[in-house]
Amino acid sequence: MIKKRRQSRAPNRQLTVLRCCCTVTEMAALRLLNFWAMLVTLSVCNGWLFENFGSYRNREADEVALWPLPQKIQISGAAFQLSSAGFQITHANGSTAGPSCSLLQNAFRRYFDYIFGNARKQGKNQQKVFDSELQELQVLLTAKDPECDGYPNLKTDESYQLEVDQPTSVLKAANVWGALRGLETFSQLVYEDDYGAHKINKTSISDFPRFAHRGILLDTSRHYLPLKAILTNLEAMAMNKFNVFHWHIVDDHSFPFLSRTFPDLSQRKGAFHPYTHVYTPSDVKMVIEFARMRGIRVVAEFDTPGHTQSWGKGQPDLLTPCFSGSSPTGTFGPVNPILNSTYDFMTRFFKEVSTVFPDAYIHLGGDEVDFSCWKSNPDIQKFMDQQGFGQDYKKLESYYIQRLLDIVSATNKGYMVWQEVFDNGVKLKGDTVVEVWMNNNVDGELQKVTGSGFTTILSAPWYLDYISYGQDWQKYYKVEPLSFQGTAEQKKLVIGGEACLWGEYVDGTNLTPRLWPRASAVGERLWSDENVKDINSAYNRLAKHRCRMVQRGIPAEPLYIGFCPHEYGGL
Amino acid sequence: MSGVWRLFGVWPMPQQITQSTDRYLLSPQSFSFSYSKDSAAQSGCSVLDSAFKRYYSLIFPDAADGARKTEFSINTLVAAGAAALKAQSVWGALRGRVYSLIYSLHCIYYFVNKTEIQDFPRFEFRGLLLDTSRHYLPLNAILKTLDAMAYSKFNVFHWHIVDDPSFPYQSYSYPDLSSKGAFHPMTHIYTQSDVKRVISHARMRGIRVIPEFDTPGHTQSWGKGQPNLLTPCYKGDVPSGTFGPVNPILDSTYQFMSGLFKEMKSVFPDSYVHLGGDEVNFACWKSNPNVRAFMTKMGFGHDYTKLESYYIENIVNISSALNKTPIVWQDVFDYRERIPKDTVLEIWKGVPADYRTELAKITHAGYRVLLSAPWYINHISYGQDWRNSYTVQPQNFSGTDQQKALVIGGEVCMWGEYVDATNLHPRLWPRACAAAERLWSNEEMTSNVDQAFPRLEKFRCSLIRRGIQAEPLFVGYCKDEYRGV
Repeated sequence: MIKKRRQSRAPNRQLTVLRCCCTVTEMAALRLLNFWAMLVTLSVCNGWLFENFGSYRNREADEVALWPLPQKIQISGAAFQLSSAGFQITHANGSTAGPSCSLLQNAFRRYFDYIFGNARKQGKNQQKVFDSELQELQVLLTAKDPECDGYPNLKTDESYQLEVDQPTSVLKAANVWGALRGLETFSQLVYEDDYGAHKINKTSISDFPRFAHRGILLDTSRHYLPLKAILTNLEAMAMNKFNVFHWHIVDDHSFPFLSRTFPDLSQRKGAFHPYTHVYTPSDVKMVIEFARMRGIRVVAEFDTPGHTQSWGKGQPDLLTPCFSGSSPTGTFGPVNPILNSTYDFMTRFFKEVSTVFPDAYIHLGGDEVDFSCWKSNPDIQKFMDQQGFGQDYKKLESYYIQRLLDIVSATNKGYMVWQEVFDNGVKLKGDTVVEVWMNNNVDGELQKVTGSGFTTILSAPWYLDYISYGQDWQKYYKVEPLSFQGTAEQKKLVIGGEACLWGEYVDGTNLTPRLWPRASAVGERLWSDENVKDINSAYNRLAKHRCRMVQRGIPAEPLYIGFCPHEYGGL
Repeated sequence: MSGVWRLFGVWPMPQQITQSTDRYLLSPQSFSFSYSKDSAAQSGCSVLDSAFKRYYSLIFPDAADGARKTEFSINTLVAAGAAALKAQSVWGALRGRVYSLIYSLHCIYYFVNKTEIQDFPRFEFRGLLLDTSRHYLPLNAILKTLDAMAYSKFNVFHWHIVDDPSFPYQSYSYPDLSSKGAFHPMTHIYTQSDVKRVISHARMRGIRVIPEFDTPGHTQSWGKGQPNLLTPCYKGDVPSGTFGPVNPILDSTYQFMSGLFKEMKSVFPDSYVHLGGDEVNFACWKSNPNVRAFMTKMGFGHDYTKLESYYIENIVNISSALNKTPIVWQDVFDYRERIPKDTVLEIWKGVPADYRTELAKITHAGYRVLLSAPWYINHISYGQDWRNSYTVQPQNFSGTDQQKALVIGGEVCMWGEYVDATNLHPRLWPRACAAAERLWSNEEMTSNVDQAFPRLEKFRCSLIRRGIQAEPLFVGYCKDEYRGV
């Protein structure tokens, strides 16, 4: 039987049926808690004060809905104008990157488009320059190697400083990755006034992520996601400063990854369709490059030994034949851990994977292994006896994982695994990242994993495929990843988290509105300071941020009653 | 043989269908729709002319490429040579969807099995409610919804066009209602030509458009463009500056409503109008000294339901005088208001036990009734919640056959608190299809939800092929996936 990575859930709550849940007063109350409240909260939290406090114009500030909120920010009341004819983004003198840095050149164009949208005019320098006009954003990179042609990694420095002033603003970062984050922030600072003019306030920002691993998991096995859906979500991830695309690319239901070494895996019934429902090598390359241009790592997951039904269709003898009594039933279980051919296959397969995906980590899965098929198989029982495992099938699982880890280590990759691999006592390399997904004892698990010295990421509270009626983003927002009992050393080992959108009920038709802006809540939790948790401020900013995503072409669903100046029109 | 049609996603299930495994080839070059010689409608019937065109493209999505593929064209229907579709009116003809039995192989060969269908709806009123007040829905989103409604044989678009949060309907008699009550006076409104377009798009698909102008509650947005319409709330002896429901004690209120409904009559051709009447909050009325004085004068005591009745009776009379049959939410019946016998009551509250009781009560009193309580599909949850919609039994309540005949149908409601154009379509489809089949098909033939599952899966893929962004029921795939974003 097909299993799912699922914790058991209480039956659906009975909803209080209200014909209309809206109360106008509630809305008004939310709106009243405006940007001011947020600024005050922030200034208290971070010990910052604001220049020109008295002259600060409330309405304009309200237009600036930064998401996720930067670590340190000063916004003054002085506003500058920007025009599409008179403004440009350039490399600063002394920057270690220049026009040959195509990653930045593309980012400059992208953010210019976001800022001016359809209002962009033809022709240059036709209008007069205002006294208070912002003419230039200079991007200054300071690292000797700004990593224009590199890939982001777990240790990447994403910090940046932004000084918005006229006539020239400066964005300073060590490398392109920090610059990308700063460009996003800069674009969020620009707003339109009542006359449609683009404006930006004098602002000073110093920003860096709270956690290094900020991921989104998409599942392309339970449903195939067309390339366009994946790329759109990489765009949205960049708008929310996510930096890891965890690509759960294959699973029981289908094997859309077209392997050069073992093309039969997808071409012989492993994919839903061998041509229309596969990711070709060039598709994969495109995803990786598109992600790189946005400072996003692509971590592919090839989950074994369970969740592998689709692998069996194109790779004979890979899966364990299940038995009923003394005869095979014709069905198959997890990967067969007792055959040398299995490990030969894995060696060649992961050799390919390690070259296709440039990231230093591969996710090896290792969750939810069902032992019943192994138990039914007489050859496996014999092997268990030989190895002295008795009836402890966890030992067999560990045996398999251990050999797999050795294979992957030989490719010079690090690995991520689901928590069971740690729970079952498999010997792991020191740099293994353990992903905690079971929601029954999150704090205890984090304690244990970090207590054993392993780095970990949290996804248990952020299974976004579990939908419910109402504003569930608030639940995701209120999660505090470091609330478990542990030493400062242990807490440092929590390097981030992931929002997971498993694919049972999700495909290209509903993926994007289901993920956004709900995942944005996770994005701010993983980026911003832990004291940024005022839910009303978050509501106001997020409502605007979702309208910004809509304007940029992302069909992000509404938080509650209301409207966007530019509604989604791409039907 | 009996299982053949299951493969092709016919939805909702026809009342009678006989199908053989004999199949005929259709080619885009030689297949055509035509009026039978004996048909009362002939070329020039706009509804059918455009339906022929529409369904031709749905059957042959690649027809534009047809010219290049003539080498594959094969003569007419292999055996029968012609197919016949008989209906009393154009509306019946629109429901005769031979096309969904057609399937294709290798992209360019289309087949249809030899089939005989006799079909008619179980309920005459099969509605879908969209709420354009809590979020504005761009015209395209509404038109697309009408397309998808036709594919599922829905026949009423219940347009909950205004409510507390916004008033997007641009009235020519009272333009301030939208210029001050809409989210935005220029971009978030429905102009008269927008409304005409919706009505005509719906008509072409055999769909009635019934607007709802809900009063006296749910009217906050009305107050912005129509001074003195809403009741000023008081705090002690002084007005608090906030407003409650429509002010039922002023003559000006009824003059305004007469004017507005007169406009309605000329704009919306359907003979029914939805008057709302739900969820009236009495707190503001109670706070207002003038309202209290009126209560005393009328001898209502402290029973504010009587004041509500008084108001609703007046409104119902206004609409009746315009020859419009009113539909109201069940609250109006619950308060025992005196309403004309032809009024239709819509049940929206409660779990099955509650709405069954209400069905019994309302039909016992001799009123016609619509059921929407089990079909509030704006309430989402994890998993296959369409199954709950599917297993509803609208006539399963204690009552006589006459009472059951008073259940004229039901409605799927997509309230707008959390819905706008970004997520409307995948949230509606295919979840609304469950109710569509319940309202169209024979209940005994469609009592098994597990048997419905594969058919609905196929149907949702055909919705996708037709450009409707219908979400998946469960793990799996469609031959043609949705390629938009």
